[in-house]
Amino acid sequence: MSFDEQSQTYGDTTENGIVDQLRYGHPERDPDAKTLFELDAVSKAYDDTTVIDDLSLEIREGELLTLLGPSGCGKTTTLRLIAGLETPSEGRLVQDGTVVARSEMSIPADQRDVGVVFQDFALFPHLTAAENVGFGIEDHENRGERVRSLLELVGLSGLEDARPETLSGGQRQRVALARSLAPAPELLLLDEPFSNLDVDLRVEMREEVRRILKETGVTAVSVTHDQEEAMSISDRVAVMNAGQLEQIGRPEQVFQQPESRFVASFLGHASFLSGTVSGDVVTTGLGEVPLGRIHGLSAEYEGSRVDLLIRPDDVRGARPAGHATNGTVVHRRYLGPTVLYRVELESGDMLGLMHNHAEEIALDAPISVQLTADHDLAWFPRGRRQMADGGRSTSPSTRADSENGTE
Amino acid sequence: MATRTGILDGTEWSEDVPLGLLLLAAAIAAVLLSPLLWVVSSALDASDWVGLATAPRTLSVLVNSGLLVGAVTSMSMLVGVPAAYLTVRTDLPARRAFTILLALPLVIPSYIGAFAFLSAFGPRGLLQAALEPVGIETLPSIYGLAGTTVVLTLYTYPYVYITSRASLLSMDARLVDAARTLSHSRWAAFRRITWPQIRPAVAAGALLVALYTLSDFGTPAVMRFDVFTRIIFVEYNDILGGGRDLASLLSLQLIAVTVVILAVESRVRGSGVRTARSAPGMTVELGRWRWPAVLACLLVVSLALLLPLAILGVWYLNGSASASLDFRLGYVLNSVTIAGVAALLCGVLALPIAYLSSQTAHPAAWIVERASYVGYAVPGVVMGLALVFFGARYGGVFYRQGLILLPLLVFAYVVRFLPQAIGSSRAAFLGVSGSLEEAARTLGHSPGQAFRRVTLPLVLPGIVGGAALVFLTTMKELPATLLLRPPGFTTLVSYIWTVQQAGYYAQAALPAVLLLVVSAGSMLVILASEQYDIGWGRR
Repeated sequence: MSFDEQSQTYGDTTENGIVDQLRYGHPERDPDAKTLFELDAVSKAYDDTTVIDDLSLEIREGELLTLLGPSGCGKTTTLRLIAGLETPSEGRLVQDGTVVARSEMSIPADQRDVGVVFQDFALFPHLTAAENVGFGIEDHENRGERVRSLLELVGLSGLEDARPETLSGGQRQRVALARSLAPAPELLLLDEPFSNLDVDLRVEMREEVRRILKETGVTAVSVTHDQEEAMSISDRVAVMNAGQLEQIGRPEQVFQQPESRFVASFLGHASFLSGTVSGDVVTTGLGEVPLGRIHGLSAEYEGSRVDLLIRPDDVRGARPAGHATNGTVVHRRYLGPTVLYRVELESGDMLGLMHNHAEEIALDAPISVQLTADHDLAWFPRGRRQMADGGRSTSPSTRADSENGTE
Repeated sequence: MATRTGILDGTEWSEDVPLGLLLLAAAIAAVLLSPLLWVVSSALDASDWVGLATAPRTLSVLVNSGLLVGAVTSMSMLVGVPAAYLTVRTDLPARRAFTILLALPLVIPSYIGAFAFLSAFGPRGLLQAALEPVGIETLPSIYGLAGTTVVLTLYTYPYVYITSRASLLSMDARLVDAARTLSHSRWAAFRRITWPQIRPAVAAGALLVALYTLSDFGTPAVMRFDVFTRIIFVEYNDILGGGRDLASLLSLQLIAVTVVILAVESRVRGSGVRTARSAPGMTVELGRWRWPAVLACLLVVSLALLLPLAILGVWYLNGSASASLDFRLGYVLNSVTIAGVAALLCGVLALPIAYLSSQTAHPAAWIVERASYVGYAVPGVVMGLALVFFGARYGGVFYRQGLILLPLLVFAYVVRFLPQAIGSSRAAFLGVSGSLEEAARTLGHSPGQAFRRVTLPLVLPGIVGGAALVFLTTMKELPATLLLRPPGFTTLVSYIWTVQQAGYYAQAALPAVLLLVVSAGSMLVILASEQYDIGWGRR
């Protein structure tokens, strides 16, 4: 088996489903959840620019799925395709078993059962909060009551007659959410829902929005470039890059078992530790790591050169007392509660280390780095060291950790 | 609730280019351009047009017009830009009052200003009468280039003033503060920071001044300066002398000069520099220049506003009158009705063009929008003439009985002033965030419903503002009105023109005041619609 084949099948959810269930304690797939919306080999191009390239994705009933990726990766376009605000260049979109769009043809937004919360909320400035919420349910037999109960659901009772310009950012978002939920859509889409809010409000509204969505039981797709937001609110995360789906899975799974170096780097600070499979261990600059500690790596890869994914909290450094040193601190970034060190190992690898702020390690000091991870490590075949910041390849001796991530 | 139809039903697929709308807008633009064809064809019909084009008289008209446009445009910038700077950036005393007062001359038709100047400083005018006791019997003549330039500058500098003000207000003034901290003097900071940013706006204002000057008929006619418009009008009325050929030819030349001005402006304007956001900077303290600045502003305001009003009062009290030219209130009704019809038509016709050009970057939409602006640059006297020719040739019995003239007059107004309505409506459409209409779509509204329920209510103030602007300019329009009005159809403007030409100044006072009142009223509507803030949703 070549490395390329291996990296494609590695982490396949069906193969590792049971293992994952044991490890994370959640069922990987709700056996009852049916597919509500499906993108089937969808591409979207404007003139000569391809924004989405052969994307296939299933949205399951009742879940909160987040499309996560850097700006320009096509996530918002994907959302607009699902909403019916864009027409795919190729591929099919299937809602509830009905084809709602295929190449160059699309059922328009007003005839799909899909609600959207826009990035700028798009509240109608000439209407009150209640009129905004009631905008999409004119035929509802009990419109007034429905508007009232929705405003109550989002915690805005008493603000029925307020004009959008008099509301705060959080209140506007609540109105937008209530408005999109009013027609009881089958699918709710949220476009960067928290990006227009202050940082403090953002965390609060994340919890609040998740509560409201779960309370109504609506299926939701959200779009963000904030990996913390994606991991904290989603049932599943779909990581996108350059118009393609990199990986889809539960937040823990995507974070701990990334299928590509891009996903590894985009979801958090990632360093790569080079090693060689020999017998039942991998020999690395941090000593020998048993194969059993590495997710999905087996003895059949004897002699292969691999890179292990190391998060800053997977390793610890200490001033040598008994141990021999194996690296040097070359950079130090003070982050308040923690300190991020960059250590150059004697083997040439560069690792990021996260330490409590109370522990001081001097710059240029020789230290001893220990692997302390209490979970299995992810690995990648050696060779293509693609980074989140533009995907360039670097040799093992240069900067091996990505600056993208947790800060 | 939204109902979904299957793909095989083939119903209601969304389309990216609104073809029907594009065709409608293109049809409107084509009709707007048609009078130009008449100008060209009738000029080429003229016998010996090469000889006429190179005659000394034709050339002197070209030179005169060029001199006038150059002089008025430069003078307007010299008045307009400092006035804008003083009222936006400095601690000028009574700044708010001056802000409004300096914009107001726009309301006064320049030909009324010209009459007032003539009456005050001309031969046998008020000034001379006042000086007679001390033995001064003649004053330097105010006829000709100098007088025309002064009068036109006083009534056109507000174009530069208003565009410069808007630009100064929207630029990030902290950049000037930054330049000052980088050891630039006030003047150096203006030259290197402020000027590059307001230059496109000043150029846009100067373009309006140049086009107005070139197309103005009343002022040069009153001040007896031979420019295109005056000669065209005179030659056209000289039926026996065969002047119509010359009138046609001069019309074509006038359009050519207009095109040159448009080209020059687009070169001067450049792409401009725009700051991302506006922010107030430090107020400039005038210090010892404080009172000279106030005096200068007062001088402009008194010459442009107070003088004509005072002269109107004097006329009213002791001017001569003729019983055969009695003023009737019906004239006001005529003016208001025809201007109202023109404004309404412009408001409606502007909608598809403005919507299209604000929504798509399609080249066809751009061409349609630009084409509709051509009529704005065609002087009223040329427009009137072209339509008279058209009516005379194809109107048949309707023309001879004068039935076709009123529709033609309204058409002339629409062609000339529609761009004002388009500009205002387009800005309003651009102010509405695109996601609002999309939000309505996702809430189950069809494109038509979304437009009617969300976009239209939000752009309505802008459309009304544009229509009010058309109303205002139509009320004041002189040359096309004189050429196309049917016999017996008298408007405020045509009445004022007739009695003043006949020298019965007293009778001009009341209608002139009425004209100013109506104009000021529509100015208020325009200002109110601009203050309406369409979208906090705007990025």
